[in-house]
Amino acid sequence: MWALYLRDLRLAFRAGSGALTGVIFFLAVIATIPFGVGPDLNLLARIGPAILWIGALLSCLLGLDRLFQADREDGSLDLLVLEADRHMPALTVLVKCLAHWTASVLPLVVASPLLGLFMNMPAAGIGATTLTLLAGTPAIAFIGAAGAAVAVALPRGGVLISVLVLPLAIPVLIFGVSASYGAVNDPEPFLPPFLILAALTLFSAVVGPVAAAVALKYGTD
Amino acid sequence: MRLIAEGLAGERGGESVFSGIELALEDGAACVVTGPNGSGKSTLLRVIAGLLPAAAGTVRLEGGGEAFPTVASASHYLGHQNAMKPALTVAENLGFWRDFSADAETKSGLGVDQALEAVELGRIGHLPFGYLSTGQRRRTAIARLLVCRRPVWLLDEPTAGLDKASERRFAGLMGEHLRGGGIIVAATHLPLGLEGTVELRMVG
Repeated sequence: MWALYLRDLRLAFRAGSGALTGVIFFLAVIATIPFGVGPDLNLLARIGPAILWIGALLSCLLGLDRLFQADREDGSLDLLVLEADRHMPALTVLVKCLAHWTASVLPLVVASPLLGLFMNMPAAGIGATTLTLLAGTPAIAFIGAAGAAVAVALPRGGVLISVLVLPLAIPVLIFGVSASYGAVNDPEPFLPPFLILAALTLFSAVVGPVAAAVALKYGTD
Repeated sequence: MRLIAEGLAGERGGESVFSGIELALEDGAACVVTGPNGSGKSTLLRVIAGLLPAAAGTVRLEGGGEAFPTVASASHYLGHQNAMKPALTVAENLGFWRDFSADAETKSGLGVDQALEAVELGRIGHLPFGYLSTGQRRRTAIARLLVCRRPVWLLDEPTAGLDKASERRFAGLMGEHLRGGGIIVAATHLPLGLEGTVELRMVG
Protein backbone atom coordinates (compact mmCIF):
# COMPACT_ATOMS: atom_id res chain seq x y z
CA MET A 1 0.00 0.00 0.00
CA TRP A 2 2.88 2.30 0.85
CA ALA A 3 4.24 1.46 -2.62
CA LEU A 4 1.01 2.68 -4.23
CA TYR A 5 1.09 5.91 -2.22
CA LEU A 6 4.70 6.58 -3.21
CA ARG A 7 4.03 5.74 -6.86
CA ASP A 8 1.10 8.15 -7.09
CA LEU A 9 3.11 10.90 -5.38
CA ARG A 10 6.02 10.36 -7.76
CA LEU A 11 3.70 10.47 -10.74
CA ALA A 12 2.13 13.67 -9.47
CA PHE A 13 5.47 15.46 -9.24
CA ARG A 14 6.93 14.19 -12.51
CA ALA A 15 6.63 16.32 -15.61
CA GLY A 16 3.29 16.46 -17.38
CA SER A 17 1.12 15.31 -14.52
CA GLY A 18 -0.74 18.57 -13.99
CA ALA A 19 -0.77 18.32 -10.19
CA LEU A 20 -0.03 22.03 -9.92
CA THR A 21 -2.95 23.01 -12.17
CA GLY A 22 -5.16 23.21 -9.10
CA VAL A 23 -2.88 25.64 -7.26
CA ILE A 24 -2.53 27.88 -10.28
CA PHE A 25 -6.30 27.91 -10.81
CA PHE A 26 -6.79 28.71 -7.11
CA LEU A 27 -4.28 31.56 -7.36
CA ALA A 28 -5.97 32.90 -10.50
CA VAL A 29 -9.45 32.86 -8.94
CA ILE A 30 -8.45 34.51 -5.67
CA ALA A 31 -6.19 37.09 -7.32
CA THR A 32 -9.04 38.13 -9.64
CA ILE A 33 -11.68 38.62 -6.95
CA PRO A 34 -10.28 41.93 -5.50
CA PHE A 35 -10.24 43.44 -8.99
CA GLY A 36 -13.84 42.43 -9.57
CA VAL A 37 -15.19 43.36 -6.15
CA GLY A 38 -13.31 46.64 -5.93
CA PRO A 39 -11.01 48.15 -3.29
CA ASP A 40 -13.48 47.95 -0.38
CA LEU A 41 -11.12 46.40 2.17
CA ASN A 42 -13.83 45.69 4.76
CA LEU A 43 -15.97 43.89 2.21
CA LEU A 44 -12.98 41.82 1.04
CA ALA A 45 -12.13 40.84 4.60
CA ARG A 46 -15.76 39.86 5.21
CA ILE A 47 -16.13 37.64 2.14
CA GLY A 48 -12.53 36.35 2.34
CA PRO A 49 -13.15 32.98 4.03
CA ALA A 50 -16.06 32.15 1.73
CA ILE A 51 -14.07 33.07 -1.39
CA LEU A 52 -11.07 31.00 -0.26
CA TRP A 53 -13.32 28.03 0.42
CA ILE A 54 -15.16 28.26 -2.88
CA GLY A 55 -11.86 28.65 -4.74
CA ALA A 56 -10.37 25.65 -2.96
CA LEU A 57 -13.48 23.54 -3.58
CA LEU A 58 -13.46 24.25 -7.31
CA SER A 59 -9.69 23.71 -7.55
CA CYS A 60 -10.10 20.34 -5.81
CA LEU A 61 -12.53 19.24 -8.52
CA LEU A 62 -10.07 20.04 -11.30
CA GLY A 63 -7.73 17.08 -11.01
CA LEU A 64 -10.33 14.52 -9.94
CA ASP A 65 -11.13 13.17 -13.39
CA ARG A 66 -7.60 11.80 -13.75
CA LEU A 67 -7.69 10.00 -10.38
CA PHE A 68 -8.68 6.64 -11.88
CA GLN A 69 -8.80 7.45 -15.58
CA ALA A 70 -5.00 7.58 -15.94
CA ASP A 71 -4.76 4.11 -14.40
CA ARG A 72 -7.57 2.84 -16.59
CA GLU A 73 -5.96 4.02 -19.82
CA ASP A 74 -2.69 2.17 -19.27
CA GLY A 75 -4.29 -0.97 -17.87
CA SER A 76 -3.07 -0.52 -14.28
CA LEU A 77 -6.63 -0.24 -12.99
CA ASP A 78 -7.40 -3.82 -14.08
CA LEU A 79 -4.46 -5.07 -12.05
CA LEU A 80 -5.38 -2.96 -9.02
CA VAL A 81 -8.92 -4.39 -9.15
CA LEU A 82 -7.54 -7.94 -9.54
CA GLU A 83 -5.53 -7.58 -6.33
CA ALA A 84 -8.81 -7.43 -4.39
CA ASP A 85 -7.96 -10.56 -2.41
CA ARG A 86 -4.69 -9.15 -1.09
CA HIS A 87 -5.58 -5.48 -0.76
CA MET A 88 -9.14 -4.53 0.10
CA PRO A 89 -10.37 -2.43 -2.87
CA ALA A 90 -11.72 0.33 -0.61
CA LEU A 91 -8.29 0.59 1.02
CA THR A 92 -6.61 0.86 -2.39
CA VAL A 93 -8.98 3.72 -3.25
CA LEU A 94 -8.34 5.36 0.13
CA VAL A 95 -4.58 5.27 -0.46
CA LYS A 96 -5.02 6.73 -3.94
CA CYS A 97 -7.20 9.49 -2.46
CA LEU A 98 -4.60 10.29 0.18
CA ALA A 99 -1.87 10.50 -2.45
CA HIS A 100 -4.10 12.73 -4.60
CA TRP A 101 -4.83 14.93 -1.59
CA THR A 102 -1.14 15.21 -0.66
CA ALA A 103 -0.06 16.09 -4.18
CA SER A 104 -2.89 18.28 -5.46
CA VAL A 105 -4.88 19.57 -2.48
CA LEU A 106 -2.30 20.07 0.26
CA PRO A 107 -0.56 22.74 -1.88
CA LEU A 108 -3.89 24.63 -1.92
CA VAL A 109 -4.00 24.58 1.88
CA VAL A 110 -0.38 25.75 2.02
CA ALA A 111 -1.10 28.57 -0.44
CA SER A 112 -4.27 29.74 1.31
CA PRO A 113 -2.59 31.96 3.98
CA LEU A 114 -0.84 33.92 1.24
CA LEU A 115 -4.06 34.26 -0.73
CA GLY A 116 -5.81 35.30 2.49
CA LEU A 117 -3.57 38.39 2.50
CA PHE A 118 -4.93 39.26 -0.96
CA MET A 119 -8.38 39.34 0.63
CA ASN A 120 -7.24 41.60 3.51
CA MET A 121 -8.23 38.96 6.05
CA PRO A 122 -7.16 39.34 9.71
CA ALA A 123 -4.53 36.93 11.04
CA ALA A 124 -7.07 34.95 13.08
CA GLY A 125 -9.31 34.59 10.04
CA ILE A 126 -6.43 33.38 7.87
CA GLY A 127 -5.42 30.84 10.51
CA ALA A 128 -8.97 29.58 10.95
CA THR A 129 -9.59 29.29 7.21
CA THR A 130 -6.34 27.38 6.69
CA LEU A 131 -7.21 25.06 9.55
CA THR A 132 -10.72 24.40 8.23
CA LEU A 133 -9.33 23.78 4.74
CA LEU A 134 -6.84 21.30 6.20
CA ALA A 135 -9.63 19.47 8.02
CA GLY A 136 -12.28 19.72 5.31
CA THR A 137 -10.59 19.22 1.95
CA PRO A 138 -9.90 15.49 2.48
CA ALA A 139 -13.69 15.04 2.54
CA ILE A 140 -13.89 16.59 -0.94
CA ALA A 141 -11.19 14.19 -2.17
CA PHE A 142 -13.02 11.15 -0.73
CA ILE A 143 -16.42 12.19 -2.09
CA GLY A 144 -14.75 13.08 -5.37
CA ALA A 145 -13.24 9.59 -5.62
CA ALA A 146 -16.75 8.12 -5.74
CA GLY A 147 -17.66 10.51 -8.54
CA ALA A 148 -14.41 9.81 -10.38
CA ALA A 149 -14.99 6.07 -10.13
CA VAL A 150 -18.51 6.35 -11.54
CA ALA A 151 -17.28 8.43 -14.49
CA VAL A 152 -14.05 6.49 -15.05
CA ALA A 153 -15.12 5.02 -18.38
CA LEU A 154 -16.26 8.33 -19.87
CA PRO A 155 -13.70 10.13 -22.02
CA ARG A 156 -14.98 13.61 -21.01
CA GLY A 157 -15.98 12.78 -17.49
CA GLY A 158 -14.68 15.94 -15.82
CA VAL A 159 -17.91 17.93 -16.01
CA LEU A 160 -20.02 14.96 -14.97
CA ILE A 161 -17.79 14.45 -11.93
CA SER A 162 -18.22 18.10 -10.92
CA VAL A 163 -22.01 17.81 -11.26
CA LEU A 164 -22.02 14.59 -9.23
CA VAL A 165 -19.65 15.76 -6.53
CA LEU A 166 -20.62 19.41 -5.96
CA PRO A 167 -24.02 18.77 -4.32
CA LEU A 168 -22.43 16.22 -1.97
CA ALA A 169 -19.61 18.63 -1.12
CA ILE A 170 -21.96 21.50 -0.21
CA PRO A 171 -22.22 20.51 3.50
CA VAL A 172 -18.41 20.55 3.71
CA LEU A 173 -18.41 24.07 2.25
CA ILE A 174 -21.15 25.28 4.61
CA PHE A 175 -19.50 24.04 7.79
CA GLY A 176 -16.01 25.00 6.63
CA VAL A 177 -17.07 28.59 5.96
CA SER A 178 -19.17 28.90 9.11
CA ALA A 179 -16.28 27.65 11.27
CA SER A 180 -13.97 30.17 9.61
CA TYR A 181 -16.43 32.98 10.35
CA GLY A 182 -16.89 31.70 13.88
CA ALA A 183 -13.20 32.27 14.60
CA VAL A 184 -13.38 36.01 13.84
CA ASN A 185 -16.99 37.13 14.47
CA ASP A 186 -17.52 36.97 18.17
CA PRO A 187 -21.03 35.70 18.87
CA GLU A 188 -20.74 32.91 16.33
CA PRO A 189 -19.15 29.69 17.60
CA PHE A 190 -16.04 28.13 16.04
CA LEU A 191 -15.85 24.70 17.61
CA PRO A 192 -19.27 23.14 16.80
CA PRO A 193 -19.11 23.72 13.01
CA PHE A 194 -15.43 22.72 13.01
CA LEU A 195 -16.22 19.43 14.75
CA ILE A 196 -19.04 18.74 12.29
CA LEU A 197 -16.57 19.45 9.48
CA ALA A 198 -14.11 16.94 10.96
CA ALA A 199 -16.96 14.43 11.32
CA LEU A 200 -17.89 14.94 7.66
CA THR A 201 -14.29 14.17 6.68
CA LEU A 202 -14.21 10.99 8.77
CA PHE A 203 -17.61 9.89 7.48
CA SER A 204 -16.66 10.41 3.85
CA ALA A 205 -13.29 8.69 4.42
CA VAL A 206 -15.31 5.52 4.99
CA VAL A 207 -18.23 5.93 2.61
CA GLY A 208 -16.38 7.50 -0.34
CA PRO A 209 -13.74 4.78 -0.88
CA VAL A 210 -16.27 1.97 -0.39
CA ALA A 211 -18.61 3.54 -2.97
CA ALA A 212 -15.72 4.15 -5.35
CA ALA A 213 -14.47 0.56 -5.01
CA VAL A 214 -17.93 -0.80 -5.86
CA ALA A 215 -18.18 1.54 -8.86
CA LEU A 216 -14.73 0.48 -10.10
CA LYS A 217 -15.53 -3.21 -9.72
CA TYR A 218 -18.61 -2.89 -11.92
CA GLY A 219 -16.95 -0.39 -14.22
CA THR A 220 -14.42 -2.80 -15.74
CA ASP A 221 -15.18 -3.82 -19.29
CA MET B 1 -3.53 -26.93 -8.67
CA ARG B 2 -6.27 -27.10 -11.31
CA LEU B 3 -7.89 -24.28 -13.26
CA ILE B 4 -11.38 -25.37 -14.20
CA ALA B 5 -13.97 -23.64 -16.37
CA GLU B 6 -17.39 -25.22 -16.75
CA GLY B 7 -20.03 -24.19 -19.27
CA LEU B 8 -18.49 -20.74 -19.41
CA ALA B 9 -20.31 -18.09 -21.43
CA GLY B 10 -19.39 -14.48 -21.96
CA GLU B 11 -21.16 -11.48 -23.37
CA ARG B 12 -20.21 -8.05 -24.56
CA GLY B 13 -22.75 -5.23 -24.55
CA GLY B 14 -25.60 -7.69 -24.02
CA GLU B 15 -24.62 -9.92 -26.96
CA SER B 16 -23.31 -13.40 -26.37
CA VAL B 17 -19.79 -13.85 -27.81
CA PHE B 18 -19.11 -17.41 -26.68
CA SER B 19 -20.76 -20.11 -24.62
CA GLY B 20 -20.20 -23.60 -23.36
CA ILE B 21 -16.43 -23.31 -22.85
CA GLU B 22 -15.04 -26.30 -20.94
CA LEU B 23 -11.50 -26.14 -19.69
CA ALA B 24 -9.48 -28.12 -17.15
CA LEU B 25 -5.78 -27.32 -16.84
CA GLU B 26 -3.42 -29.13 -14.49
CA ASP B 27 -0.08 -27.91 -13.19
CA GLY B 28 2.26 -27.44 -16.11
CA ALA B 29 -0.48 -27.23 -18.74
CA ALA B 30 -0.88 -24.48 -21.31
CA CYS B 31 -3.93 -23.58 -23.34
CA VAL B 32 -3.67 -21.50 -26.50
CA VAL B 33 -6.87 -19.69 -27.40
CA THR B 34 -7.09 -19.01 -31.13
CA GLY B 35 -9.73 -17.64 -33.43
CA PRO B 36 -10.54 -14.70 -35.70
CA ASN B 37 -10.88 -11.11 -34.51
CA GLY B 38 -13.98 -10.57 -32.44
CA SER B 39 -14.40 -14.23 -31.58
CA GLY B 40 -14.14 -13.47 -27.87
CA LYS B 41 -10.55 -14.40 -26.99
CA SER B 42 -9.94 -11.29 -24.90
CA THR B 43 -13.40 -11.52 -23.35
CA LEU B 44 -12.70 -15.12 -22.35
CA LEU B 45 -9.45 -14.12 -20.64
CA ARG B 46 -11.14 -11.24 -18.83
CA VAL B 47 -13.95 -13.53 -17.67
CA ILE B 48 -11.39 -16.06 -16.38
CA ALA B 49 -9.49 -13.31 -14.56
CA GLY B 50 -12.72 -12.07 -13.02
CA LEU B 51 -12.65 -8.64 -14.64
CA LEU B 52 -15.93 -9.39 -16.42
CA PRO B 53 -18.82 -11.36 -14.94
CA ALA B 54 -19.52 -14.69 -16.63
CA ALA B 55 -22.89 -14.78 -18.39
CA ALA B 56 -23.16 -18.44 -17.42
CA GLY B 57 -20.96 -21.15 -15.96
CA THR B 58 -18.13 -20.90 -13.47
CA VAL B 59 -14.35 -20.60 -13.28
CA ARG B 60 -12.58 -21.88 -10.23
CA LEU B 61 -9.17 -22.84 -8.96
CA GLU B 62 -8.74 -26.07 -7.04
CA GLY B 63 -5.87 -26.74 -4.70
CA GLY B 64 -4.71 -23.14 -4.45
CA GLY B 65 -4.62 -23.35 -0.68
CA GLU B 66 -4.60 -20.28 1.52
CA ALA B 67 -2.18 -18.32 -0.63
CA PHE B 68 -4.40 -18.46 -3.72
CA PRO B 69 -8.05 -18.72 -2.75
CA THR B 70 -9.41 -17.38 -6.05
CA VAL B 71 -8.39 -17.37 -9.70
CA ALA B 72 -7.74 -13.62 -9.54
CA SER B 73 -5.36 -13.96 -6.59
CA ALA B 74 -3.37 -16.69 -8.36
CA SER B 75 -3.18 -14.94 -11.72
CA HIS B 76 -0.97 -12.58 -13.59
CA TYR B 77 -3.08 -10.83 -16.20
CA LEU B 78 -1.20 -9.39 -19.17
CA GLY B 79 -3.69 -7.48 -21.26
CA HIS B 80 -3.36 -5.34 -24.38
CA GLN B 81 -2.03 -2.52 -22.26
CA ASN B 82 1.22 -2.82 -20.41
CA ALA B 83 0.07 -1.28 -17.09
CA MET B 84 3.21 0.84 -16.83
CA LYS B 85 3.51 4.60 -16.28
CA PRO B 86 5.41 6.50 -19.00
CA ALA B 87 6.67 9.09 -16.48
CA LEU B 88 8.32 6.53 -14.18
CA THR B 89 11.51 4.66 -15.01
CA VAL B 90 11.35 1.01 -16.04
CA ALA B 91 12.86 -0.07 -12.71
CA GLU B 92 10.42 2.09 -10.71
CA ASN B 93 7.47 0.63 -12.61
CA LEU B 94 8.57 -2.95 -12.00
CA GLY B 95 9.53 -2.20 -8.41
CA PHE B 96 6.04 -0.84 -7.77
CA TRP B 97 4.31 -3.95 -9.10
CA ARG B 98 6.72 -6.16 -7.17
CA ASP B 99 6.00 -4.36 -3.90
CA PHE B 100 2.27 -4.02 -4.52
CA SER B 101 1.55 -7.55 -5.74
CA ALA B 102 3.82 -9.49 -3.46
CA ASP B 103 2.98 -10.63 0.01
CA ALA B 104 4.65 -13.02 2.39
CA GLU B 105 3.68 -16.18 0.49
CA THR B 106 4.48 -14.94 -2.98
CA LYS B 107 7.67 -13.00 -2.34
CA SER B 108 9.55 -15.58 -4.34
CA GLY B 109 9.72 -13.70 -7.62
CA LEU B 110 12.87 -12.38 -9.24
CA GLY B 111 14.40 -9.07 -8.27
CA VAL B 112 13.78 -6.15 -10.61
CA ASP B 113 17.29 -6.34 -12.09
CA GLN B 114 17.11 -10.09 -12.63
CA ALA B 115 13.70 -9.80 -14.27
CA LEU B 116 15.02 -7.13 -16.63
CA GLU B 117 18.01 -9.33 -17.43
CA ALA B 118 15.61 -12.17 -18.22
CA VAL B 119 13.97 -10.06 -20.94
CA GLU B 120 17.35 -8.60 -21.94
CA LEU B 121 16.57 -5.05 -20.89
CA GLY B 122 19.22 -5.04 -18.18
CA ARG B 123 20.78 -1.80 -19.27
CA ILE B 124 17.75 0.43 -19.60
CA GLY B 125 16.22 0.16 -16.14
CA HIS B 126 16.99 3.81 -15.47
CA LEU B 127 15.10 5.14 -18.54
CA PRO B 128 11.55 6.47 -18.30
CA PHE B 129 9.13 3.87 -19.62
CA GLY B 130 7.77 6.41 -22.10
CA TYR B 131 11.11 6.46 -23.98
CA LEU B 132 10.98 2.77 -24.88
CA SER B 133 9.97 1.26 -28.21
CA THR B 134 6.80 -0.83 -28.53
CA GLY B 135 8.69 -4.09 -28.30
CA GLN B 136 10.73 -2.95 -25.30
CA ARG B 137 7.54 -1.85 -23.54
CA ARG B 138 6.03 -5.29 -24.10
CA ARG B 139 9.18 -6.92 -22.75
CA THR B 140 8.97 -4.74 -19.64
CA ALA B 141 5.36 -5.88 -19.19
CA ILE B 142 6.57 -9.49 -19.54
CA ALA B 143 9.20 -8.81 -16.86
CA ARG B 144 6.30 -7.94 -14.55
CA LEU B 145 5.22 -11.59 -14.72
CA LEU B 146 8.58 -12.55 -13.25
CA VAL B 147 8.94 -10.11 -10.35
CA CYS B 148 6.16 -11.78 -8.40
CA ARG B 149 5.42 -15.50 -8.63
CA ARG B 150 1.87 -16.36 -9.59
CA PRO B 151 0.95 -19.86 -10.76
CA VAL B 152 -1.55 -18.82 -13.45
CA TRP B 153 -0.58 -16.58 -16.37
CA LEU B 154 -3.44 -15.12 -18.41
CA LEU B 155 -1.85 -13.64 -21.51
CA ASP B 156 -3.70 -11.59 -24.11
CA GLU B 157 -1.64 -11.33 -27.33
CA PRO B 158 1.57 -11.50 -25.29
CA THR B 159 3.90 -11.37 -28.27
CA ALA B 160 2.34 -8.31 -29.95
CA GLY B 161 5.21 -6.05 -31.02
CA LEU B 162 7.99 -8.49 -30.16
CA ASP B 163 10.75 -9.38 -32.63
CA LYS B 164 11.69 -12.99 -33.44
CA ALA B 165 14.47 -13.20 -30.88
CA SER B 166 12.24 -11.82 -28.12
CA GLU B 167 9.46 -14.23 -29.09
CA ARG B 168 11.87 -17.15 -28.69
CA ARG B 169 13.08 -15.82 -25.36
CA PHE B 170 9.50 -15.39 -24.18
CA ALA B 171 8.73 -18.97 -25.28
CA GLY B 172 11.66 -20.02 -23.08
CA LEU B 173 10.28 -18.08 -20.10
CA MET B 174 6.85 -19.66 -20.59
CA GLY B 175 8.48 -23.10 -20.83
CA GLU B 176 10.26 -22.50 -17.52
CA HIS B 177 7.02 -21.33 -15.91
CA LEU B 178 5.26 -24.52 -17.05
CA ARG B 179 8.10 -26.76 -15.88
CA GLY B 180 7.81 -25.06 -12.49
CA GLY B 181 4.18 -26.20 -12.28
CA GLY B 182 2.56 -23.07 -13.68
CA ILE B 183 -0.55 -22.80 -15.82
CA ILE B 184 -0.83 -20.59 -18.92
CA VAL B 185 -3.88 -19.48 -20.86
CA ALA B 186 -2.79 -17.38 -23.85
CA ALA B 187 -4.88 -15.75 -26.56
CA THR B 188 -2.90 -15.30 -29.74
CA HIS B 189 -2.83 -15.56 -33.54
CA LEU B 190 0.86 -16.41 -33.58
CA PRO B 191 2.35 -19.74 -32.60
CA LEU B 192 3.92 -19.31 -29.17
CA GLY B 193 6.60 -21.94 -29.68
CA LEU B 194 5.34 -24.13 -26.85
CA GLU B 195 4.98 -27.88 -27.08
CA GLY B 196 2.19 -30.03 -25.74
CA THR B 197 -0.38 -27.27 -25.47
CA VAL B 198 -4.14 -27.61 -25.58
CA GLU B 199 -5.75 -25.53 -28.31
CA LEU B 200 -9.09 -23.86 -27.79
CA ARG B 201 -10.56 -22.58 -31.05
CA MET B 202 -13.08 -19.80 -30.75
CA VAL B 203 -15.37 -19.71 -33.75
CA GLY B 204 -17.12 -16.39 -33.15
